[in-house]
Amino acid sequence: MRRWRSLTIVSTIASFVAVTPALAYTAYVSNEKGNSITVIDLDKMATVATVPVGERPRGITLSRDNKQLYICASDADHIEVLDLGSLQVTQILPSGPDPEQFVVSRDGSKLYVANEDNNFVTVLDLAQGVASGEIPVGVEPEGMAISPDDKLLINTSETTNMAHFIDTQSYQVVDSVLVDQRPRYAEFSPDGKTVWVSSEIGGAVNVIDVATRKILKKIKFEVQGLRSDTIQPVGIKITPDGKTAFVALGPANRVAVIDTASYEVQDYLLVGQRVWQMAFTPDAKLLLSANGQSNDISIIDVAARKVLRSLPVGELPWGVAVR
Amino acid sequence: MNHGKVPFGFLTRLLCGIAAFLLFATDRGEVAAAEAAPLHVPIAYLGEAIPEPPPLSLVEPIAKDKGIAGARLGITDNNTTGQFLHQDFELVEKIIPAGGDLKGAAAALSGAGQKLIVADLAARRLDELADMPEMKDAVILNVRAEDDSLRASDCRANVFHLIPSRAMKADALGQYLISKKWTRWVLVYGTNDPDKAFADAIRRTAKRYRAEIVEERAYEFKAGSRRTDTGEAQVREQMTQLTQRLPDYDVMIVADESEVFGDYLPYRTWDPRPVVGTQGLVPTAWHRSQEQWGGTQLQRRFERTSDRWMLERDYAAWEAVRTIGEAVSRTNSADPATLHKYIVSDDFALAAFKGKPLSFRKWDQQLRQPILLATPLMLVSVSPQEGFLHERTPLDTLGHDEPDSTCRLNP
Repeated sequence: MRRWRSLTIVSTIASFVAVTPALAYTAYVSNEKGNSITVIDLDKMATVATVPVGERPRGITLSRDNKQLYICASDADHIEVLDLGSLQVTQILPSGPDPEQFVVSRDGSKLYVANEDNNFVTVLDLAQGVASGEIPVGVEPEGMAISPDDKLLINTSETTNMAHFIDTQSYQVVDSVLVDQRPRYAEFSPDGKTVWVSSEIGGAVNVIDVATRKILKKIKFEVQGLRSDTIQPVGIKITPDGKTAFVALGPANRVAVIDTASYEVQDYLLVGQRVWQMAFTPDAKLLLSANGQSNDISIIDVAARKVLRSLPVGELPWGVAVR
Repeated sequence: MNHGKVPFGFLTRLLCGIAAFLLFATDRGEVAAAEAAPLHVPIAYLGEAIPEPPPLSLVEPIAKDKGIAGARLGITDNNTTGQFLHQDFELVEKIIPAGGDLKGAAAALSGAGQKLIVADLAARRLDELADMPEMKDAVILNVRAEDDSLRASDCRANVFHLIPSRAMKADALGQYLISKKWTRWVLVYGTNDPDKAFADAIRRTAKRYRAEIVEERAYEFKAGSRRTDTGEAQVREQMTQLTQRLPDYDVMIVADESEVFGDYLPYRTWDPRPVVGTQGLVPTAWHRSQEQWGGTQLQRRFERTSDRWMLERDYAAWEAVRTIGEAVSRTNSADPATLHKYIVSDDFALAAFKGKPLSFRKWDQQLRQPILLATPLMLVSVSPQEGFLHERTPLDTLGHDEPDSTCRLNP
């Protein structure tokens, strides 16, 4: 581990010398089949770098200080840490087999990783670079979310069809809520009162009340001309004001726009093919979606609810992060 | 786990008990739920050890636990879920010898209160089981018998079909050939009953999709035909003879469930034509090349536990056990009647790595599902094909639709 840390220091210094800090936002896209991360300058709306990384990169997320990108290299069975100054992989973290999605604790000290292949959530201590705990959950753990107060961790298990509520102090599953089939992704509302879970095969988003663990609403989707079984909700993002939720509908090639007060689906935005995960820009004015089968990302104007444009990325884009 | 001093297992069980209690706050009463025994759900796997022909290819491994290996994985998956719901699944394995006492074995299961039965049986034996008075209120899950009669005319209220019927497979293949505009077929079939049954299914499909079977040929197996160390030249000679002087055609369909000659046809036909059917490009519920819709996870789980790749009957048995698991987790009941009612309801949906929720046809209790079309190492396509439409779901374009069947279960 020491070797890695010294590498980090070296590359951080290098980045100060080499790169002048820009105000512009930068987007990072994981390319599941391209085994790479595409780096996009959102001012220029252009790819500025393509970084080769470990096999089958899927879930990506920024460190809380925005200096590093954590990458689930699923087929390499580890997590890579990409230094965003030097664009070098500076550290390899042990994650357990087949990491797919993860979430960083609010204090930035831990990474909670869903190991799709072995029914565990692994807790990674980021300072030590070691796994500090394993939490047994349902079959094919996938979606991960952390409550705003850092106390409650959510994991969804795809074949068990549950959202597991995990206490981050004891690392115990304190509750499990049955949801619709194949839950893929979980997202807390900004106030932490609800958690939204998408079910790919069930074709619904289940909104769970965090206090009572009851399902408040099952949101269904309907797109004219599309069969219901082609509408498969995956990624979810909720605006910082908590008023609007965006849900990626997979092979329906659309992002649904939902009013969180009424749970009413107000709009369907046509994006690229097999839309998967999404991310806001830090000012939440733009939303980016990774479109797996058209090998591009769509850029959505959040206020206008319009798709502004698409940009080509690598092969089978899966996740997005923006800083 | 180094966290906390309370033994992990105890705490999990306690918390799960509470979780289960909160989830299903029934009239069970006191908070004693945490102390109560979990809901025990025994699922029996009743099979008959019928000798099966070894694959023609020496490369293909011979699976001795075909079917039951999938059921075992299904139980593991059910239990991983069950630990959070205070439910405990057990597989009771009962394999009788070929021609053995099926009724005796079934009566013993019934006597022990086991009425959830995965049946790895041929059609005649399946009917024998389903017609036993003790089995009247059972849920029997067929993972082997592909006979169309079991869906089209001779349905049993206590039998669910996980394995697709021959008609579903033939339609899946036919739709693909039609979409390729390969509409002139030659049908070559073996002379055993299952071969003839698959040939019948192909004829039905040809009629449905207006393809033309330009000629049919039967191939009779002779003892000397099977490959020997020096047999390659002889095999080539035989297959060339079998396929010469045919009218012009697009594709050769082989019906050889007995695995006697089908794998000898590709590249040895008189005319250069693709071979599809029971060999070559095959329609199947599952294939080792299926990695879409999370399929990789199931393949890996299976390979890890069984040291071989997952075959179609394994998948059907996994689906059977997961069907029970899904119904138990949604109803919190192990009562066959309650489960039956839920499984045929509109609420039931099984996620089974096919990209769509799977459900049962109400009239014949056949699981509707996409069918894969694959060559030995590659997934080629998935049916239903684009453009084959149905008022209910495109999945019902495969096999006997309600109007084609005289069965009216669950009206």
